[in-house]
Order: sequence, then structure tokens, then C-alpha cells
Amino acid sequence: MTWPAAAAPPDGDVEPVEEFRARARAWIAGNLPRSDPARLHLPAYRITAGTEEEELAEVDRNRRLQRLLWDGGFAGICFPREYGGLGLTPEHQRAFNAETTGYETPALIQVPTFVPCAAVLLDFGTEEQKRRHIPAMLRGEEIWMQFLSEPSGGSDVAGALTTALRDGDDWILNGSKIWTTGAWYADYGLCLVRTNWDVPKHRGLTVFIVGVRQPGVELHRIEMIDGNREFCQEFLTDVRVPDSNRVGEVDDGWTVGTRWMFHERNAMGGGSPYVTGVRHGNVEAPTGADRLIDVARRAGRLGDPRVRELVGGHAVLARAQIALTRRVATGVQLGRLPDSATALTRLMSAEVEQRRLDVALEIAGPAAAGGEPGELFHAGTEYLLRQQASIGGGTTEMARNNVAERMLGMPREHNPYTNVPFRDVPKGPPGA
Amino acid sequence: MDLLATDDQTFLWDTTRTFLERECPLTTVRELAGSADGFDRDFWRQGASLGWTSLLVPEALGGGAITGTGVADLAGLAEVFGAHAAPGPLLPTNVVAAALARRGTAEQQAELVGGLLSGETVAAWAHAQPARPALAPPAGVTATRDGDDLVLTGVKAPVEAGAQADVLLVTAATTDGPVQVLVDPRGPGVAVTPLESVDLARRYARVELDGARVPASAVVGDPATGRDDIEWQLQLAAVVQSAEIVGAAQVAFDLTLAWTFDRYTFGRPLASYQAIKHRVADMRLWLEAGHALAAAAAADLDAGAAAGPEVASAAKAYTGEHLTDLVQECIQLHGGIGLTYDHDLHLFLRRVVADRVTHGTPAEHRMRVTDFRELAS
Repeated sequence: MTWPAAAAPPDGDVEPVEEFRARARAWIAGNLPRSDPARLHLPAYRITAGTEEEELAEVDRNRRLQRLLWDGGFAGICFPREYGGLGLTPEHQRAFNAETTGYETPALIQVPTFVPCAAVLLDFGTEEQKRRHIPAMLRGEEIWMQFLSEPSGGSDVAGALTTALRDGDDWILNGSKIWTTGAWYADYGLCLVRTNWDVPKHRGLTVFIVGVRQPGVELHRIEMIDGNREFCQEFLTDVRVPDSNRVGEVDDGWTVGTRWMFHERNAMGGGSPYVTGVRHGNVEAPTGADRLIDVARRAGRLGDPRVRELVGGHAVLARAQIALTRRVATGVQLGRLPDSATALTRLMSAEVEQRRLDVALEIAGPAAAGGEPGELFHAGTEYLLRQQASIGGGTTEMARNNVAERMLGMPREHNPYTNVPFRDVPKGPPGA
Repeated sequence: MDLLATDDQTFLWDTTRTFLERECPLTTVRELAGSADGFDRDFWRQGASLGWTSLLVPEALGGGAITGTGVADLAGLAEVFGAHAAPGPLLPTNVVAAALARRGTAEQQAELVGGLLSGETVAAWAHAQPARPALAPPAGVTATRDGDDLVLTGVKAPVEAGAQADVLLVTAATTDGPVQVLVDPRGPGVAVTPLESVDLARRYARVELDGARVPASAVVGDPATGRDDIEWQLQLAAVVQSAEIVGAAQVAFDLTLAWTFDRYTFGRPLASYQAIKHRVADMRLWLEAGHALAAAAAADLDAGAAAGPEVASAAKAYTGEHLTDLVQECIQLHGGIGLTYDHDLHLFLRRVVADRVTHGTPAEHRMRVTDFRELAS
């Protein structure tokens, strides 16, 4: 099971993909703004360093673009109709994504708003939660983020220390979350917290919807190597959340969390059907390779056979990624591959992106160290954040564990704390 | 294997798998190492009756290409061949059968296609040229007009099944462009010399043409289409080789995964070490991506998709590099036993190496991908 049943309407009900594509092409040409060629080298899914006003303007622009999709009848292509979506298939989404090449899309709010947040709501949310939030997301009115990782450990998300205590019909949350993308301009977050310290780690977790601007939530923006400040840390102090904001059962948050991370891996691998646009979206052509050809052209090195082989090496990986992403999506959908196979696309996405950065740096050469602002110099600064591709969205070490242990059934790492109450599990060196 | 394979395709591949398991287990492949021809004619005729040579030949010519997925059908067969390190000239006969079906004259088709379909006739595609890139236009052999004849001069090597073939399809340069010419390997001016082979059940030969004279009617297609024809055949070769590599790598992977569970060191199975698990995870990624690319390349070539040439080269470059690495990793994880002749891993390593380096190495195909990308972007 991957796509909700409503995303695949019965035969005869579905607009043929090529007709949909033609309709989308005409609408996109008439409605979406063309991408600014001067900004093509900027990573569209990330706000680039600027003044806070400029960044907020960028967020507003993304909200308006999402609203434009909604008004045009192209928002939520794979979301069920009852929650404002179109109820179409991943092939329709892929066709739409391909047609957006060269146009601006609301890239900033696809991940994490639609994946994993909306996807998790579809899987576990109450009817009221879905009807209230999903159409609002599709209209660009609600931007969501993930209160998942904590300062005490990024990969071991089930080791959450942030705690929720029951208080009548409410819960009171205390703790800290980190690596939340764009929390400072977001509206809501999905929050994984500990509701029971007296059971083993995975059995005492619960998921809540938390308003980012509600009392007790304090945000701190983190400056990354290249100067961008998209990531945040939050401090939660006596944050009051009604029980109606609970997603899934009490103490069963790991069931939600497992699915949550499946969706996140799927988004990182470009395999999610809920993403619009070519960034993070499933695509038909290796656009990263075209960017490298552009870098080579600007560097005057496109005729150099060594450069051409490097570019080809990346393009081969990008083609492998496209084929793999489709195969895994199909395989998971048909039940021929386990959900854990999305860890393969997650691994591949890091490999492709890092190869692109490596090749761009090589082609740009000294211009990446000292040069005019633009594509060539950018190859240097962009390279500085190279490891983000294998850290963000779950590290590739975790993905390799998933492939080995879940997909291939290799023995799990020895864990002496499987049956130990979480409060008795060591959380630092002895005596610390 | 394509996850969306039809029942007909699955039946075709399963039939061949069963046949190869019965007729050609790995012990038989090992015995073939010492044989001159690498495969048995009767074995090949039986295989042909299972459809091995009919998939790219339309029904009107007696073939089995009725579904429009002939390349995918053949790629699935090649994958089964790889999984058994199987003998037999699957690639060359199919390339020549397809060339005849696409461009052959009625006379050429009448003379040769029936024999290829029944397995009576074995054909070789003489395209590789010594000391020249495999993907470059043919220049090492020239075809010169002399009255109603063509005179061929030059060398082709390595030619798969060259010494076993009853007919050669030779690519040659003319002043008007490249052509493909049917040549009798036993005719005057043609010398076929067997070469050593890295694969136990595959044979290569050197074909020397020293003023070999053929009638103009031996030309398949013409100089105007020759470049595109050869190009398409190279794409077909890339797809078939990619699929065969995937098949061989899958078996090597399966053997190795099982080994990591069964082999104990320091009181634990190899599979319990994270250092091993992470390497196996990468291998699994390469394998799945190889499956995905081979299937995508076959589907694109069948559909005549614009991206077809690029994806075919990407498939060959990816599988040729990563899946030969994968088989070497399999040997590494086996330790010393993996380096022995007795262990079966080398049978698959030989097959992936042979496929990797013929009809374009990964590096050559990477260059082509850039060429295609530049045109597309």
C-alpha cells in the first residue's frame, strides 16, 4: 500500500495521462511565471540567504503560486478528491512535473508540507484533521514542518526526549526539536513526543499537531555553512495541545513515525506522488545534467573530453535515478517490493546530487574559489553543503541499515535495551 | 526483470530458464571451456524453437514479434542468459536477424531469415574494429565499388561467434557513408581466426578481409541509412548486454547474500557486521538501479522514444561499471574461496566483463550520454 485508494480511481474515470499533460501544458504556459534564468542556479527548494523581508516575500510568492495551482485545478494531483485533490495517479503528477520545466512552481512548500506532513495526515489523521488541514495546504494557506529530530540525536528519532503530559483534554509539551526546515515561516508542525517513559523506547511515543506560533514555542534560526538560515531549532515550554490534535493512538506514535519516515525517504528519493515541480518531484529528464552542461559551457570547457565524460558520468547516474524511482514506486505499489525499498531511492538521491556537486566543482575549477557571482563561483559555495544530501531527511547510514536489515533481512544491530524502559536507557557517557 | 512484464513475457523467460537449468547447468558451462565452438548446434536449434531468435522478426517473416515489445522480450531472455552464464550467440544472431528484418531485401530475407529462426543458421555481426572506439563509425574496413561488386578490405575483431557463424554482417566504410554487407565467412579473401575468450562459453574471432568480393545485392540497407542502422543496432546491443549483466549480477548477489548468512567469523554471521551490511546495501542499490535502467532502456527502444539512445547508453554505462564492481565485491565478501576456479562466481564475472568491454565500454557510453544530453537540452 502506498497511494491512498482514492488516488487511483476506477478505470474509465481517469483522464488519460497524455490528455491531462496537454491540458496542463496549456494551463502552465498561460498561468505560471517563467523561471528567471539568472536564478536558475539557485536551489529552488531552499530560501537563499537574504534579508528577512526578502525571504518572507519569497514565502509569500510560493503561497501565491500554490494558490494559483489550486485555482487552476492542478493542486494535489494525487490527493483524494474529498480533501480537495484531483484523485489522479503518479503518472499524471510526473507528467505535470515535466511540463513545469522552465516555470516557477511553489517548490519551497512541497517538502515538508505535502510530504511527509500531508501524507502522514492522509494515513493516520482523523476525518476532521484531514478536512481542516489538507485543503488549506493545497490552497497555500498552511505551511507545515516536522518537529522530529532532537538535539540529542538526529537519526535516532525514536529516542525523542520531548515529553507530553496529559492535562484533562489537553497535553502539555516540553522539550526541544531541531533541523526543522523553514519553521520560522511555517504554520503547523507534526511533532513526535514521548508520552510514556516507563516502556521501551519505541512504545512510548505519540504524534501531535502543534501550531508553530502558539504560546510556549520559541524559534531559533540556525546559520548553515553557506549562510542560509532555513533550518531552525525550537524550544517548547509548557505548550498546550488539545487531544483532538493527536495523530494516531497514544503511545503508538512509532507506527505513525515509521510511515512518516517512509514518506520522507520517498520525498528525498524523488519518488513521492504528492510533490509538484521538478525539485524533489519525480521527473522524466536529468535536469541536473543539463545544469552541468550549462556550467561547462560558461567555463568554456564543454569541448574538453575529460569534462564531457564527467558530465556523462553524472547524467548516467541521473538516468539511473529516474528509472529506479519509477521502478521502486511501481514495485511498492504492486507489493513486489517492500516499503523499505524507498531507502534505495534515498541512497541514490544522495549519490546523484553529490556527484553533480563534485563534477560542477571540477568543471568550474579556480572560478569556484574566486570569481564573479554566478554559476561558476556558485559551484564552490554549493559544494560546501555537499553532505546535506546524505544527512538531511535521514542519513544514508540509516538508509543502508534499512536496506540491509529490513529489505534483505540481515541481522539487526545488537541492542541490549529492546525491553528496557526508556527512562533507564543511557543517554550519555556514564557520569555525564 | 521488468516489474510490469506481461504473462506472455514471463512465460517466454520461464520456459528458457527451465530449459537452461535442465540442458545447461553451470557444470556444463564449465565443460564448454575446452570446446572449440562454445555451444552445441543442437542446443542452439532447441533454443531457437523456444523463440530465442524470433523476437525481432515480424510475424510476416515467420518471426514472433507480435507484441511491439520485441526488445523488452529479448532483454528478458538476455537476463536469463546472464543468470546461467549461458552459451549461444544470442546477441549476434538477434542483431543480424533484426537488421535483415528492418532493412533486408526480400531475397536476403528469403535466403537467411528462416535459417536464423530455426537455429540452422548462425550469424555474427562484424562491427568491432581493432584499435578504434567501438562506437565510432566503421573505418577499419572499406568497401569499394568494382563494377557490380563490392570489394572489402580491412580487419574486424573481436567478432562474437565469428568462427561459428554461417554468415557475417560486416560494417564497412564507403565514400557515401557506412554500409552493412553480408559476407560468407568461407568465401575467398576472408580469413576467420579464433581468438582467446574471457568467457568460458563465448567465442570471438578475428575476421580479415583481403579484397573479399561480394555482389552489390549483399548490401543490407544503403549508405543513406547505414549510419542510423548501425546506431540502432548498437543501442540494441547496449540494451541486451545491460540486461545480461543484470542477470549475471543478480545471481552473484544472491549467492553472496546467502553466503553472508551462512559464513561465521568470530562467532557471528558475516551478515551481522555493519561494515558488511552497508556494502551489501550499496550492492543492492546498484542491482535494483541496473534492473530499472535495463528495463527502461528496452521499453524506450521498443517505443522509439526520443530519449531511447541516451537511456540505452546510460544503461550500458551504469551496469557495465557498477555491476562488474558488484561481482568483484561478491568475490571480496567471499574471501579467498571467491578467487578460486572451483567457485562459480567467476563464471558470472567473466560474462559481465565480456559484456562490459564489447560494443562500447562504460567510458565510451558516458561520452555518448553527454552528446545526447547536449542535443536534448
